[in-house]
Amino acid sequence: MTHMKAPICIVKNVTANYIAGPGPVVQAVDDVSLTIHQGEVLGIAGESGCGKSTLAAIMSMTARPPLIVKAGEMMVEGDKIALTQQTKAPVEWHGQVVSLLPQRSLNSLNPTAKVSDFVVDVVRGHDATVSPKQAIELARERLDIVSLPPRVLDSYPHQLSGGMRQRVVAVISTLLNPTVLIADEPTSALDVSSQKQLVMLLQLLLEREFIRCIAFITHDLPMLSNIAHRIAVMYAGNIVEIGDTEQIVEAPEHPYTKALITATLDPDPRVRGRQLSGLPGVPPDLRYPPPGCRFHPRCPYVMDVCQAGPVPVVGDENHFAVCHWVAQQLQPVSFYKADQ
Amino acid sequence: MAATPQSAGEIGPRGERLGSLYYNTRKVASALNPRFYFSLIVMLLIIGFAIFGPIILGRDDPLITVGGLYDSPSREAWLGTDNFGRDVFTQLMYGTRTSLLIGFLAGIVATAIGLVIGTVAGFRGGNTEEGLMAITNVMLTIPSIVILILISLALNNRSLIVMGFIIGVVSWPWTARAVRAQTSSLKMREHVDIARLAGAGTLQIIVWEIIPFMLSYVVMAFVLQLSAGILQEATLSMLGLGPSDTVSLGIMLQWALLWESVRTGAWWAFVPPALLLTLIAFSLLLLQASIDEIFNPRLRRS
Amino acid sequence: MMLQTSQAPLLETRNLSRLFGHGEHIVKAVDNVSFSMQPGEIVSVVGESGSGKSTLSRLVLRLLDPTGGQLLLQGQDVTNLKGGGNLKAYWRKVQGVFQDPFAAFNQFYTIGQVMDKAMNVLDPQPSKKERRERVDHALREVGLDPTDVREKWPHQLSGGQVQRVMIARALVVGPKLLLADEPTSMLDASLRVTVLNLLLELRKRHNMGILFVTHDVGQAYYLSDRALVMYHGQVVEQGPVEMVLAHPQHEYTRRLLADVPRLLGWGPAPDVAELSA
Repeated sequence: MTHMKAPICIVKNVTANYIAGPGPVVQAVDDVSLTIHQGEVLGIAGESGCGKSTLAAIMSMTARPPLIVKAGEMMVEGDKIALTQQTKAPVEWHGQVVSLLPQRSLNSLNPTAKVSDFVVDVVRGHDATVSPKQAIELARERLDIVSLPPRVLDSYPHQLSGGMRQRVVAVISTLLNPTVLIADEPTSALDVSSQKQLVMLLQLLLEREFIRCIAFITHDLPMLSNIAHRIAVMYAGNIVEIGDTEQIVEAPEHPYTKALITATLDPDPRVRGRQLSGLPGVPPDLRYPPPGCRFHPRCPYVMDVCQAGPVPVVGDENHFAVCHWVAQQLQPVSFYKADQ
Repeated sequence: MAATPQSAGEIGPRGERLGSLYYNTRKVASALNPRFYFSLIVMLLIIGFAIFGPIILGRDDPLITVGGLYDSPSREAWLGTDNFGRDVFTQLMYGTRTSLLIGFLAGIVATAIGLVIGTVAGFRGGNTEEGLMAITNVMLTIPSIVILILISLALNNRSLIVMGFIIGVVSWPWTARAVRAQTSSLKMREHVDIARLAGAGTLQIIVWEIIPFMLSYVVMAFVLQLSAGILQEATLSMLGLGPSDTVSLGIMLQWALLWESVRTGAWWAFVPPALLLTLIAFSLLLLQASIDEIFNPRLRRS
Repeated sequence: MMLQTSQAPLLETRNLSRLFGHGEHIVKAVDNVSFSMQPGEIVSVVGESGSGKSTLSRLVLRLLDPTGGQLLLQGQDVTNLKGGGNLKAYWRKVQGVFQDPFAAFNQFYTIGQVMDKAMNVLDPQPSKKERRERVDHALREVGLDPTDVREKWPHQLSGGQVQRVMIARALVVGPKLLLADEPTSMLDASLRVTVLNLLLELRKRHNMGILFVTHDVGQAYYLSDRALVMYHGQVVEQGPVEMVLAHPQHEYTRRLLADVPRLLGWGPAPDVAELSA
């Protein structure tokens, strides 16, 4: 167990729905709570439809209708904010407390504007007191620190490679030193080498304390095992397991986590020849989530009790699995038990 | 598997199932905005006016004399009479009918030709595309009104059908260019590859794999061609080159100008047709814009 | 795994090239690619974006004409096939599966209709009864229930199901070579393995060769017998997949393998020899 540093970002009881026209709402996120500590990269892993990107939008205060946050609050270094009032966040919150590095951001750069123009827009958008010159100077300094060539400032987006663009966007979205960086699938559109470079950049930013912690959201488990200190696994809007990376990868507890880990194809001789098996079925339609545990229709260890009522949380705040079967394995049944 | 009313399909970002007819119909219904309803109702009223008006009011002939020279509007002649003592209101109804029919025919012809040329050019590519687009571009640069005037002068008998046809034949380049661009991009789609792997020929692919995905666009192009066609006809008629066997809005305007209605203050001879032409063009454009709004989000799925 | 080296290879390319553009702006999408495949062999083409692997797959599928080199199927030169009849004969033997299952299916047709149309390349054309049987058989082979799936539209099925239908669609004509172009990239991890296992099963059952195009080294390793590594349109390395993984010769392959994130840490995989001990 890694030495726990102070918690920086605490998210409590987030529940959110999508209003998809008349008819039942999509219960996209269901009572999610998590904590990120100083200097930590928390990986949020899950497959499509699990709600991780929705969670990213909510945490970065960028959720807009039809996404409605029903409940939840976030505390960053003592400053509390109600996540239900997404549009009423104080202006400084964006970019200085929480910053979002969105999916496919490498394609979000205005092709007719130089990178320096983008820098000025972003910085002044968050803090209007900064002059354009100051903003560019700030960017130049930062690029120098992370060993990126300053020439990128004078380039147009199409003159930079995809990997370089993503790194530039990462640098710019952290210029105002946000406490929490929420990276939503930052490596998905990149080549393997560019992925590695981006990850190293993020680690550098963390090391130098330009950012205090990172929530790294992805479906790519191997990626997380290389960058995250802890991993939260999401399924159908719930967090089903949280734990240290090592524990999740080598000794996963929750049946879904187990399935995900076994279905991961490493280019490794140990994998070859071994008949791996995937998970049958599909994630549930969140307009009609299954009663009880949302994973029970696909679970190989399903029991009667799984179909009804709340699911026990087995473990402590920093390391738990939400599962009846796990609870049974670890007799006596434990609920939020403080770990020593 | 827990009981769900429908099987899981591709889930959109808000949890909705994209692509189903049910979903798309609801989406269309919710996207119908006031502008769409307004323009649709206005057009339906105008069409009703033109087609059913004469029947309901029992006006058989727009060209019989009912009164004196430029009589002002009265209870017998609601919009007065023209220079030959004919009822302007009746002329308005028949004129609208003619203008709409010519515009409609022109729209169909232009869209059909443009569709054929555009899809073949876009799909075939290479020299075929170069050649067809060269012809298209040349035709685009020559003002269509000049060609229309020349053709109209050369014809002895300009019936409604002939007028509609020649206007259509002159207006297709615009549609062809747009269709070619759409086709070029649509042919890159994977379902076209799948069709080719199933041995489908060029014609089959164009008809079944390309045009269905352009339909919304084609509809919009048609509406615009319709509007343009009506105005082209009006222009020709005002120059005295309109249909020779019937009255149209443009012809009414021509008569009004020719027979000095402005100077004699007989506003009822030129204001109503001008107003109606404007109203038709305006509602058609508004209709096209609102249809565009409805269809476009879905097109983004490519 | 039956590797019959005595007869003509199933697929062979000799200096196959495809250029785009002209003059200064020429792009060598596929540059002098030579390799061969035996019947029943699974070969992966591993490359990142821009490597030319997709262009290569289109060339092999004859959806694109090569600008140089030769393509041979079962010993016959198919480089310049023209004409409906010839191409249909080719597509009786070679079929494809693509990356995006929802883009690959025309939303206006039911599954049954799509599968039925796939049989238009057969000669002689099978009877209605036989067509129906073939469709049902292919759907069952990929683990789907024909009565359930035949009348549905693509959007009514999940991504994994549609991908399987795409495989069934390719199977229905009984091809000797299946070209799978990133078939699992858009699927969740838990589904990927299922599809890969299906491909392995189909290869075993039909002795069908599979050319598997991917950017994912892990999948290539799990699935294939041999691997080709592509970079900037050229094949920089090829060989049995364990060799390519354990002893990469080319610098690019080494870098690729070093940068691939693994569950068990970044870096090259442990030596094969060490593990078998």
